[in-house]
Amino acid sequence: MEKETILDLLRREFPDAVRETSVSLGDEIVVIEKEALLPIAGFLRDGPGEFKMLLDLTCVDYFGRKPRFEMVYHFFSLSENRRLRVKAALEEGDLRIASLTPLWKNANWLEREVYDLFGVNFEGHPDLRRIFMYDGFEGYPLRKDYPLRRRQPLIRLKE
Amino acid sequence: MPGKKVPSNGTEGVGVLSPERKRPQAGAFITTQFNSLLGWARKFSLFHYPFVTACCGMEYMSAACAHFDIDRFGAGWTRFSPRQSDMLLVVGTITQKEAPVLRTVYEQMTEPKWVVAFGTCAVSGGIYDNYAVVQGIDQIIPVDVYIPGCPPRPETVLDGLLKLQEKIQNQGHDWRWRKRRS
Repeated sequence: MEKETILDLLRREFPDAVRETSVSLGDEIVVIEKEALLPIAGFLRDGPGEFKMLLDLTCVDYFGRKPRFEMVYHFFSLSENRRLRVKAALEEGDLRIASLTPLWKNANWLEREVYDLFGVNFEGHPDLRRIFMYDGFEGYPLRKDYPLRRRQPLIRLKE
Repeated sequence: MPGKKVPSNGTEGVGVLSPERKRPQAGAFITTQFNSLLGWARKFSLFHYPFVTACCGMEYMSAACAHFDIDRFGAGWTRFSPRQSDMLLVVGTITQKEAPVLRTVYEQMTEPKWVVAFGTCAVSGGIYDNYAVVQGIDQIIPVDVYIPGCPPRPETVLDGLLKLQEKIQNQGHDWRWRKRRS
């Protein structure tokens, strides 16, 4: 019998939360319900997969599609030397998802970046404010509906 | 012998003006304009302040260090205080968030001062035509020399420096700084 993969394990542990799983170019991908993010991330970190490292988290704006936004988390297992990608869809009217800061300290700045550029609200984040753009900047510049030519200079510029 | 030129030994004019006053030796003085003298002195003693924000800084280092050595042109001293520098080198991308900082640094420099836009990003924003980047630092501060290139070769930097020296030489120098009343 073949060894049980992390995807099988996740499907068995969280039958209601895992929407679909796939493998792309040797990396496993799992799409989950956003409510189950925190328990699944905790299971990944402390469970048998030992995905102890949060490599990156980011957001994708699929403008014109429903649901419009998708959060993408990249985990890395130091003991097994493998990666896992976790995705969760976000509706445009309900841009809220649990923060990963209780599990990984580096999620703090990564989530501030996503908040700054996409406007996603992370619940339970200790210090959710802009990290790249300045105070007074309006809108979220990496969204597809941010106007291409819109400039918001801090000081008066010469034409 | 009349008409024949002999090399001057500096003594043949002695006693012409007055018996007590000796003429200086030939070649011991030059005539010039004060403005030209100031330009000559200033163009060979440019203390620069490198405002390095991006990858062009690598080329700046290359131009400043021994291989290309801008010290050959009298611009070798890097001052990390804007109050002690004459030439502001804006090396790299200037974002909207950084624009007030750059303007403050420029205003802290004492006269006379010159600004060099180093690289395409400082000249025009370069490939970063987006919400975050100032489209050329001449929207914030006056610029004397634009050095194109992404990043510019050190030879281009030296060429730009020579252009700036030419400009300084031919500039009208206000040598006793009058108080500017606004």
